[in-house]
Amino acid sequence: MTSTGIGAPVRRKEDFRFITGKGQYTDDINRQGQAYAYFLRSPHAHATIKSIDASAAKAKPGVLAVLTGDDLAADKIGGLICGWMIHNKDGSPMKAGAHPALAQGKVRYVGDHVAVVIAEDYSTAKDAAEAIVVDYGVLPAVVDMNAATGKGATVVHDIAPDNRVYDWHLGDKAATDAAFARAKHVTKLDLVNNRLVPNAMEPRAAIGDYDAGNDAFTLYTTSQNPHVARLVLSAFIGIAPEHKLRVIAPDVGGGFGSKIFIYAEETVCVWAAKKVGRPVKWTAERTEAFLSDAHGRDHITHAEMALDDKGKILGLRVKTKANLGAYLSTFSSCVPTYLYAPLLSGQYDIPAIYCEVEGVYTTTAPVDAYRGAGRPEATFVIERMIEVAARETGTDPAAFRKKNFIRKFPHQTPVIMAYDAGDYVASLEKALDMADYKGFGKRRRDSARAGKLRGIGFSAYIEACGIAPSAAVGSLGAGVGLWESAEIRVNPVGTVEVLTGSHSHGQGHETTFAQLVSARLGIDIDQVAVVHGDTDKVQFGMGTYGSRSGAVGMSAISKALDKVIAKGKKVAAYAMEASEGDIEFKDGRFSVAGTDKSLAFGEVALQAYIAHKFSGQELEPGLKEGAFYDPTNFTFPSGVHICEVEVDPETGVTTIAKWTAVDDFGNVINPMIVEGQVHGGIAQGVGQALLEGARYDSSGQLVTASYMDYCMPRADDLPSFSIGTTVTPCPSNPLGIKGCGEAGAIAAPPAVINAITDALGHEDVTMPATPQVVWQAAQKTLRKQAAE
Amino acid sequence: MAMTMSGDFVLPADKPTVWAKLNDPEVLKACIPGCQTLEKTSDTSFQATAKIKVGPVGATFKGKVNLTDIDAPNGYRISGEGEGGVAGFAKGGAVVKLETVEGGTKLTYDVEAQIGGKLAQLGGRLINGVAKKMADEFFANFAKAVSAA
Repeated sequence: MTSTGIGAPVRRKEDFRFITGKGQYTDDINRQGQAYAYFLRSPHAHATIKSIDASAAKAKPGVLAVLTGDDLAADKIGGLICGWMIHNKDGSPMKAGAHPALAQGKVRYVGDHVAVVIAEDYSTAKDAAEAIVVDYGVLPAVVDMNAATGKGATVVHDIAPDNRVYDWHLGDKAATDAAFARAKHVTKLDLVNNRLVPNAMEPRAAIGDYDAGNDAFTLYTTSQNPHVARLVLSAFIGIAPEHKLRVIAPDVGGGFGSKIFIYAEETVCVWAAKKVGRPVKWTAERTEAFLSDAHGRDHITHAEMALDDKGKILGLRVKTKANLGAYLSTFSSCVPTYLYAPLLSGQYDIPAIYCEVEGVYTTTAPVDAYRGAGRPEATFVIERMIEVAARETGTDPAAFRKKNFIRKFPHQTPVIMAYDAGDYVASLEKALDMADYKGFGKRRRDSARAGKLRGIGFSAYIEACGIAPSAAVGSLGAGVGLWESAEIRVNPVGTVEVLTGSHSHGQGHETTFAQLVSARLGIDIDQVAVVHGDTDKVQFGMGTYGSRSGAVGMSAISKALDKVIAKGKKVAAYAMEASEGDIEFKDGRFSVAGTDKSLAFGEVALQAYIAHKFSGQELEPGLKEGAFYDPTNFTFPSGVHICEVEVDPETGVTTIAKWTAVDDFGNVINPMIVEGQVHGGIAQGVGQALLEGARYDSSGQLVTASYMDYCMPRADDLPSFSIGTTVTPCPSNPLGIKGCGEAGAIAAPPAVINAITDALGHEDVTMPATPQVVWQAAQKTLRKQAAE
Repeated sequence: MAMTMSGDFVLPADKPTVWAKLNDPEVLKACIPGCQTLEKTSDTSFQATAKIKVGPVGATFKGKVNLTDIDAPNGYRISGEGEGGVAGFAKGGAVVKLETVEGGTKLTYDVEAQIGGKLAQLGGRLINGVAKKMADEFFANFAKAVSAA
């Protein structure tokens, strides 16, 4: 391994730009003559729009246009789409209500888009919006999922009169019922997976630009997947055909899933740019981000686990209601179904699983993928169930897990997934050792002497990353394949541009991708540039989400590099007047086997472009190769996180005393970046477990719409993490990579809650386990202790 | 989001005087904190604008005020609904009852109100305090107006 090769902790190439303020984010871009958009949003959770009078607003100086849903309809601009079709138990399709970019006749959540004002500057647009008179017919709100599916509930979309988007299931009900019939013990648990606001550091933004001379549009936007945005805006929303629409996603400052989706704002900006004949810019204010970024999670679940007399799991039964909000966001339908139920087997050999999921409309913001997307929800269910089952059967939670771990690979679960590789015992044992599990009893007694309750919680998570293969996801309802593309452009001097369909929004692709190219071609890492985020440069790509950029995106690069090396050998053979079969490529040099003749990679690149040594009939000049890579399977990262907490029963404050994480991500390109991803993921998972919760009141008002009321994790909420890895290379891609971006956020919540419930000695703790929640739960513990 | 508030206040005047003041748009306008206009549109309705600030959100609310359940001179229900543009909306009502007591007239009020939009998002946790302060101001002003009669 060289200092910049695969496995080296290379400092991130992009960080110089970011930490010196030289990053180029969407809001940093300004177009000549640009105007500004302000969206008038509904203050009501649910209302008909009887009329909109924008005459006073339009008359204000500096106002260029006020546009509403009627204008969209007149221009035949289509609604926003949901790209994954889910079928009900009876085979009928899900019920997707229309989702216009600007409301047409009805608003369905606080923050829904009523009109857009376009003006010379932002303040003018905002002031003019004050002058728009909207006559609302207020309807009842419905925010609670049980109320939404109950009798007499207000109807969010007429197409779904009972507010059920779908009633879906997975697994073998009869086999699961049979498992429960012969169970010696059944563990039952009700679980709430709290609703989260994504809170990317960079708020969403968009600039629509229209070139009348060429009748072509450019959209600058905060996207994790600009090609998907272009596809949807072209093929479904109908802004312009793909060759007339360029989408540029420059530097993107975090997304966590929320920037996968195609939203109303960018749709309106690009459409309005042609209408007003000026570039139109919009940047979200933080409150708008709270209101209108797709939220995450929000499940209520009842789960039951059947055990035999030896503590082996016989079956698992799960019934979940998933809040999808007021409209179906781009991938919202698949998150609580195909990204959730297939993960319910966890790391365990469970013979029978049956899962039912109802997707529910409510008058709240749309809910879609958020770091982990379905897999944290599944992990929370299975890891809470395992911990409680171990407690109820008087078994040590580590021993209980070991007894039920899958040990042979490949392993076919009863819920679609075929796990290809892993060693769950190895990661558990390493974690137990690193966490000093043996010393926990003493630490617990020490805490007790100080009046504190100490607890330890496990989370042995599994995730499915690099969502694939395309044919498989297609058969499950995905509207697109989930492959990735790459192109390697070798310049005549031997420098390399890597064009990738993946798109970094903080993951460090410019470094890790360059490490791979540098290692494979034997050139300096600074000779490699990574190009992404522009549909005019990169032909097509599926973007970055689901921890797929390493496993899928880099595999595509690897495949293209194979082709570059193969072509390089042909060029080298001509250049050195040798037989192609005798050319070897190693450490950046093409050499003729058995001789001292060799050429450096850069020299061969030059020969490919000079093309004096071969005729065009024999070999095409140039050195540029592309590849589309479609994986053979998902990848299955796994690991064990152990959280140790100390609860102060007097104040309800939970302190995380120790955190141990042992993850198996397969082969690792850059361990420093991987560790950073794990740190961030844990912090986000701890945020969900202890601090974060999006709350709507019964009238549908978002009462956690600022950092005053929505609590994000801070450095002092977290201990210094103890991080380790085990490695079982992934057999399903050429690099053996599994993916690491979401692991921490998936693993952390059950580890925290298992630790708190261990400290308190009962299971009545909900997320977020704020001091108020924990204090109340601790009073129950103290009463129990007093009674004993 | 919804809030409720109730209280009572003894005014140094007899019931018919207090009742007359409660139905006098000029008095109400002078007493309602932030009220800029209050115009009678019928015997039981008014058109009003009021400037209200809740925490970081300030807006001019335009709306209708209606008097119902009128039981002269013992009380009524006063209700209103206002749109504050991008600041959101506020609506609510108060049941007002008058009772003769020693030293004057006791006015009892029972308020319920709802706010939405930016007012709820940013001002939500302040609304109870603001509403209480506005009620206190109103009745302090109203007591002065009644005493002046």
